[in-house]
Amino acid sequence: MAAEVSSRYAVQMHGITKRFGSFYALTDVDLDVEKGTIHSILGENGAGKSTLMNVLYGLYQADAGEIYIGGKQVDIKNPTAAIEHGIGMVHQHFMLVENFTVTQNIVLGTEPTKGGVKLDMKQARRNVLDIVQKYGLEVNPDALIRDITVGMQQRVEILKALYRGAEILILDEPTAVLTEQEIDELLKIMKKLIEDGKTIIIITHKLKEIQASSDVCTIIRRGQYIDTVPVKGVTEDDLAEMMVGHAVKLVVEKEPPNPGRVVLDIQNLYVKNEQHLDAVKDFNLQVRAGEIVGIAGIDGNGQAELMEAVNNLKRCKGKIIVDGVEIQNKTPKFGIDHGVATIPADRHKDGLVLGFTVYENTILEKYRTEEYSPKGTIDRKKMRSFAEELIKAYDVRPEDCGPKLAGGLSGGNQQKIIIGREIAQEPKLLIAIQPTRGLDVGAIENVHKMLIKERDNGVAVLLISFELDEVMNVSDRIAVIYDGHIQQIFKHGTVDNRTLGRVMAGGKVEPSEIRDLPDEVAYAAPAVGEPSEEPMEEPVEEPAVVEPAVSLAEVIAAGNAAADAEEAASAIAEPEYIVRSAAAEEPAPDRSIEEAEKTSETMEHMQEEIDSMHKAIEDIQKQLSLVLQKMSDANTDVD
Amino acid sequence: MESLRKKFFSHPFVLTIIAIVLGFAVASVILLLAGFPPKESIETLVQSMIGRPKDIASVIIRSTPIIFTGLGVAFAIKTGLFNIGAEGQYIMGCVVATMVGSMLDFPKPVAVLMVVISAMLVSALYAGFVGFLKAQFGIHEVITSIMLNWIALYFSNWVCGLDFFHKPGTIGMYPVNDCTYTMLLPVWKKSEAGQAFLAEHPVLQETLGRTDVNIGFIVAIIAALYISHLLNRTRKGYELRAVGLNIHAARFSGINVNRSIVHAMMISGALCGLGAAFYVTGQSPHTVSTLSSFENVGFNGLSVAFIAFSSPIGCIFAGLLFGGLLYGGAGLQSKVGAPTEIINIVIGVIVFFCALSYLIPRFVDRLDAAKISKRRARQLAKEKAKAQKAAAAGKDGKKGGSDVV
Ligand SMILES: Nc1ncnc2c1ncn2[C@@H]1O[C@H](COP(=O)(O)OP(=O)(O)OP(=O)(O)O)[C@@H](O)[C@H]1O
Ligand SMILES: [Mg+2]
Repeated sequence: MAAEVSSRYAVQMHGITKRFGSFYALTDVDLDVEKGTIHSILGENGAGKSTLMNVLYGLYQADAGEIYIGGKQVDIKNPTAAIEHGIGMVHQHFMLVENFTVTQNIVLGTEPTKGGVKLDMKQARRNVLDIVQKYGLEVNPDALIRDITVGMQQRVEILKALYRGAEILILDEPTAVLTEQEIDELLKIMKKLIEDGKTIIIITHKLKEIQASSDVCTIIRRGQYIDTVPVKGVTEDDLAEMMVGHAVKLVVEKEPPNPGRVVLDIQNLYVKNEQHLDAVKDFNLQVRAGEIVGIAGIDGNGQAELMEAVNNLKRCKGKIIVDGVEIQNKTPKFGIDHGVATIPADRHKDGLVLGFTVYENTILEKYRTEEYSPKGTIDRKKMRSFAEELIKAYDVRPEDCGPKLAGGLSGGNQQKIIIGREIAQEPKLLIAIQPTRGLDVGAIENVHKMLIKERDNGVAVLLISFELDEVMNVSDRIAVIYDGHIQQIFKHGTVDNRTLGRVMAGGKVEPSEIRDLPDEVAYAAPAVGEPSEEPMEEPVEEPAVVEPAVSLAEVIAAGNAAADAEEAASAIAEPEYIVRSAAAEEPAPDRSIEEAEKTSETMEHMQEEIDSMHKAIEDIQKQLSLVLQKMSDANTDVD
Repeated sequence: MESLRKKFFSHPFVLTIIAIVLGFAVASVILLLAGFPPKESIETLVQSMIGRPKDIASVIIRSTPIIFTGLGVAFAIKTGLFNIGAEGQYIMGCVVATMVGSMLDFPKPVAVLMVVISAMLVSALYAGFVGFLKAQFGIHEVITSIMLNWIALYFSNWVCGLDFFHKPGTIGMYPVNDCTYTMLLPVWKKSEAGQAFLAEHPVLQETLGRTDVNIGFIVAIIAALYISHLLNRTRKGYELRAVGLNIHAARFSGINVNRSIVHAMMISGALCGLGAAFYVTGQSPHTVSTLSSFENVGFNGLSVAFIAFSSPIGCIFAGLLFGGLLYGGAGLQSKVGAPTEIINIVIGVIVFFCALSYLIPRFVDRLDAAKISKRRARQLAKEKAKAQKAAAAGKDGKKGGSDVV
């Protein structure tokens, strides 16, 4: 199991055991990380990954076991000692001072001084710029933390560790809060750091990322060491199986939806953000009973404000109708009483009362019913039996967590409690915001199954996620939100990642294009008469019916569409281009750098898209001329 | 096994006891340094607290208002509010109780009830205003209630000076009428029959006859039990605690958090008002005098709530300890000559160690961990020896090479 102690390894942890009270979070776990590699740690929620890393970083003391750094045994009593040994850690939850600048945060605690007393912020800024340049981690050193994106904040955390001379970098679920683009960037940064001779330990639940980034993977299950494998030789399925202990299905299986009446009807919604600008504008969306509508979009396009309005945490203009009742501009309770259940994005802030027991948390909405508090007194027996049932049904671990504080559970298990509680509300509309953030693949499978089961029970499900795969997999319809409104709606299986990405960046896709997708992407030809994609302009009630069979008329239509597509391409490209760059020059000085970066990214992205569209148009034109040829042939034949 | 020990050392009651012992230890050192015999001094202190039945009765009487304000503060803490305004709410309660009590002339139960209700109501509203400012405008309760404390003080002095309430020849108001008295058997014990009876029973004579034993303490116990029930068993208590622990989650789950904050403050204030009502009706001089500074009944409630770790039941014991120290401190000065300030030191140290007591379970955990790791090291050594033997036996056994390819 454990490798021999050698200087070949950056980190070796042997026989680590960690106990919380009588509960063993880690039992005899080994970890050997070779220098200059990316080593991932995989395990279910509550497996003990964070605990193991906290032991390495000196936040917890192991009850047994040894730690070797570069072949030498060390005793890591606290994070300061860890930093001295060249270990840096970026936590799952960032530890930055919101009102400080990037520079101030990076040098915090190790500020350069003049004469040992006076802060030398100029020197600090130079130092920061030096490492920024060295590793190509672009950030604006003068921006305030609260003004920069989560992805940027993470860079600051990484820079902070590097600034303190970290040779070994621990990243605890670094991608859970990032968007797809930001994840790509992070992977690039990691590669660069490795080239520079650093060693990285990364915790992630996303098997794809392990495949894309890591050399070696160590698997932990319920606090026990399972195996260490080279990533090259194994598939995602293998990893998932090793982690959970049985085979896991990574792709959701579901029957086609059976949509019924309209349950959620959002009409002309406008919601303002903190800066009093319209973050949601002219937003229209319907969700029917028995269907899952997924909202895809880049973070910051109005999702947060939309949800605040739906949950009655914010005032809005327009209408939010649930089963015929207008619920907007009322109280959160009003929405809940009218059949809305929400799995919130931030489980620590909105989802749970961490200082309550698990028992108490399971009745956070139910407590006020006569059933659970007859005559104003909480029926504790009832609460307990309900909670125990929920714990069993949703496999919350440890099994005896009921009377313990919810704050002591691992993130994944906390999420299970929330999901169980919300589904137990028997809602008409279930809203799931990032429901699988930080969950392991086994748990994700379960959450997706639960959402689909709710759908099959006739619940209208609205799913909001920054994870494209999740939205594409689970949703029956995918609504893309861009700049506060629905840009376009697609039916499940009619678009691929790339197309969706383009719409998320503000583009639009013509119907013809969707059907002309190459075969290798997830494209299921709709059966005759089945609704295909539904552009926003058309009411949901009467989706356009498109015949999939290749008929002559069809091809001609496609030919016409070709011209449209070209027009669309330019329409998407140029005006957007101008709008975006204009936006970059708009006031908000703190954001301008980042904004400009984003813009240039988007522009690059668009250029690619335009090229591919041009190709598509050429293809269509070729086909068209072929068809015309055939037609004239046919005509001459008739003649 | 280890876990049990940790559990024991995590219990608030055990922690409080440890803090108290440490408090007296520090006081002993200071007494020694100041040239007083520590053992004797502390014996004297305890003696003057519980030496005679009369002392016990006096301690209880002295403690009652502090138990109430402690209860009010503890309740607020449980709901996420820091009611430093207990002092002002208590003062308002006293003024209103005296005003109402001095004007009433009704049969006893009605009169007492009216005084109690009016004091509670005014104190509740006074505290509720703080809650309203917090809920509506987000102004922190500490700031508003500190200012309201001063307003209460000057309001009290102003009322003392009003012709209608001012008792000529004193610096205070007219005392409350007899019909509102809440001492035990106030009329009977002054009557001839009562005097005769008490003369035959020295213990009763000392307590009932010589002190203002009143029903306040019993009401305080009932109030503590009720508050404990309210917090932990009722729908309202669940709501208030949820808001106190995580206002965001509470709001998200449909709890009206603004209303909760106002209600929590009102209940906290009502408890202070209740204490005030029983102070005025239950102890001479049954009135309010012009104050030059705060009397600290509300502020002492803060200490009581801390020592009790905000447990309502704990407040009864913490309040008794506090009242006892205040009362016994006087004895300490008269008998040993040690300054009463030593009592303030004792109290300060106890509060200090209560605040630090969260370190104790951690310390115990460290000790346990050390034990376990020793045990495990021994076990590992044994295993290793075994493995080496096995390796020596069969040379073909694979070398402990890398498991990383
Ligand atoms: N401070 C603590 N006190 C008590 N128990 C704890 C504490 N920290 C963690 N645990 C328990 O230890 C176990 C491992 O937790 P850990 O946070 O390491 O899990 P994880 O593998 O990081 O899970 P996740 O993927 O959900 O983040 C969990 O069962 C958790 O409840
Ligand atoms: Mg974790």
